[in-house]
Amino acid sequence: MNFEVIRDYLPLYFKAFLLTIKIGWIGIALSLGIGVISAFILHFKIPVLSAIVKVYVELFRNTPLLVQLFFVYFGLPKIGISISAEACGAIGLGLLGGSYMTESFRSGLDAVPLSQTESSLALGMTKGRLFTSVILPQAFTLSVPAVVANLIFLLKETSVFSAISLMDLMFTAKDLIGLYYNTTECLVMLVVFYVIMLLPVSILGSFVEKKTRFKMFGN
Amino acid sequence: MEEILRVENLSKRFEDISVINNLSLSVKKGEVVVIVGPSGCGKSTFLRCLNGLEEIEEGEIFLDGEKVSSNKKNMSKTREKIGMVFQSYDLFPHKTILQNITLAPITVKKRKKAEVEEEALKLLDRVGLLSKKDNYPRQLSGGQKQRVAIVRALIMHPEVLLLDEITAALDPEMVREVLDVVLSLAKEGRTMLIVTHEMAFAKAVADRVIFLEGGKIVEEGAPNDFFDNPQTDRLKRFLQTFSYEK
Amino acid sequence: MGFEVLLKGNNMLRLLGGLGVAMYISLISVAISIVLGIILGALMTLKNPVINAISRVYLEIVRIMPQMVLLFIVYFGATKVLGINLSAEISAIIVFSFWGTAEMSDLVRGALSGIDKIQYESSMALGMNTRQTYFHVIIPQIIRRLIPLSINLITRMIKTTSLVMMIGIVEVLKVGQQIIEANRKSSPNAAFGIFATIFLLYFIACYPISCLSKYLEKKWEK
Repeated sequence: MNFEVIRDYLPLYFKAFLLTIKIGWIGIALSLGIGVISAFILHFKIPVLSAIVKVYVELFRNTPLLVQLFFVYFGLPKIGISISAEACGAIGLGLLGGSYMTESFRSGLDAVPLSQTESSLALGMTKGRLFTSVILPQAFTLSVPAVVANLIFLLKETSVFSAISLMDLMFTAKDLIGLYYNTTECLVMLVVFYVIMLLPVSILGSFVEKKTRFKMFGN
Repeated sequence: MEEILRVENLSKRFEDISVINNLSLSVKKGEVVVIVGPSGCGKSTFLRCLNGLEEIEEGEIFLDGEKVSSNKKNMSKTREKIGMVFQSYDLFPHKTILQNITLAPITVKKRKKAEVEEEALKLLDRVGLLSKKDNYPRQLSGGQKQRVAIVRALIMHPEVLLLDEITAALDPEMVREVLDVVLSLAKEGRTMLIVTHEMAFAKAVADRVIFLEGGKIVEEGAPNDFFDNPQTDRLKRFLQTFSYEK
Repeated sequence: MGFEVLLKGNNMLRLLGGLGVAMYISLISVAISIVLGIILGALMTLKNPVINAISRVYLEIVRIMPQMVLLFIVYFGATKVLGINLSAEISAIIVFSFWGTAEMSDLVRGALSGIDKIQYESSMALGMNTRQTYFHVIIPQIIRRLIPLSINLITRMIKTTSLVMMIGIVEVLKVGQQIIEANRKSSPNAAFGIFATIFLLYFIACYPISCLSKYLEKKWEK
């Protein structure tokens, strides 16, 4: 292992790391938004929109992100829709993640027992009040483990951004290996940066999962 | 009447806590013994010891005059003679009602499938569940599952039947249908050891009632004496918790 | 819109052949993952501290490392560090099996420890011995829990195989790029048609499998 090489490459990796994180989290924020809205649409069985959401969820859950990105980045410009690589990455991740988040939030909403609704109505709560202070907090708690799993999944998926020439960690590593053949150093740095990016989320995830489980079952 | 089950000086500890404390008991053939007592008094553990689900540490158990040991091979033989029904609905979820009942006689006793099925259908008919034979456990109510569990134990032709709080997890309106089955078994002279919290049922079904506390028999007697004229303070206090008089 | 390219020559067949390569790699990897995953999952329930420590590190690696990074490590790293020249296909199968085994073992462990203790006890109370209990009661229940999850793993494998183009395997995306490149003059808009088609091809490959998995899960729900 040549540490001089590592020192030289560090700024490049760091730049790529920031870009990966930036686009990753913008995509995740998008996916959370899409997920919440779609889950409400499904939970309340809003006509027409429900059907659209269902098709969207199945389409994006059953196709790879790489193919989605290729379609948006290389395909759409041919019919006049041009998007920058960065926007494309964020939107692609947001759409993919949205389909997963929809499922997680929806099953959280559906899992709140009917008796909770009934007992709250019996206490004289309004429907709006019931939803915001009884259903939502419980549904959120119930969906936390699945949402955290999605976060890790989506952050990992950012590694395919390199395919649409986004200069992310993967792209940088591949580029440097191709140029200078310092394979070992490049791969080690790649792994280290992904560990820095994902290990805290993973540890936090396990922690939150335990916490919410205690909350749910009281033991 | 001849003795079928004898327990001598049985003791059992979980780590530091003594759950069963030097307990002795003799059960005659055809006798129905009901065991009552506060939770944690060791009554379930006692039944589980009889069936070898808990290891016996001290004391001896004799079934039909033969010593029951914790030896694995002999235990299987013993378990064929002692049937047990648990509190939770413990049917096999992946098998139909009929398959649940016939599995053990076919695999353990190597009996012919056709013959076992015929007997199973008769027994199902008796507990009023013949129409459910091809259903899966999840399609049945708690009371129905528990009746199937009883049939599943009966088809092994056990000499002794152990019932461990079989109505404790049931909705009140389903308790009756299960207890009716048990009552009819008592009438036909089956030997049973029953752990229950249903005092009215205990009174109706028992030949002898035992009050267990701290892993010991505190008081025992015929049901009328036991419930109407308890001798010890502890039993009096225990029975009071079940009455609503002021 | 670029769909006309598909009808030229045997372009559609070539795309399907590319998808076939992806399916082939994922099916082999799933088969390996299921076998190794069952073994590891069963080992994990033994509660042996050494096995537990190793499997925790292993599962954590798989949990946080993108498959793409693993692919690069095996494909480029193995050549450099170990001096072995692994073909791209073998590298892909190694990486996907490494990943799939982790997922599968966790599922197996969950299924095994999810069987209620009372299932063992009531089988024993009926006089069944250990072998009979496992054969008739425990294993059938575990298989029912595992089959939907393993089928689900197949769709995820198929989706992930799209990454292998990045290490030079000619699968469906790569074939698509080649077709677009070859028809650059005659059909300048081919990218739209080709990538839309590939998008649909993946959907057609994965959707029925997802449906089957969901159906079985519902059917065998306790």
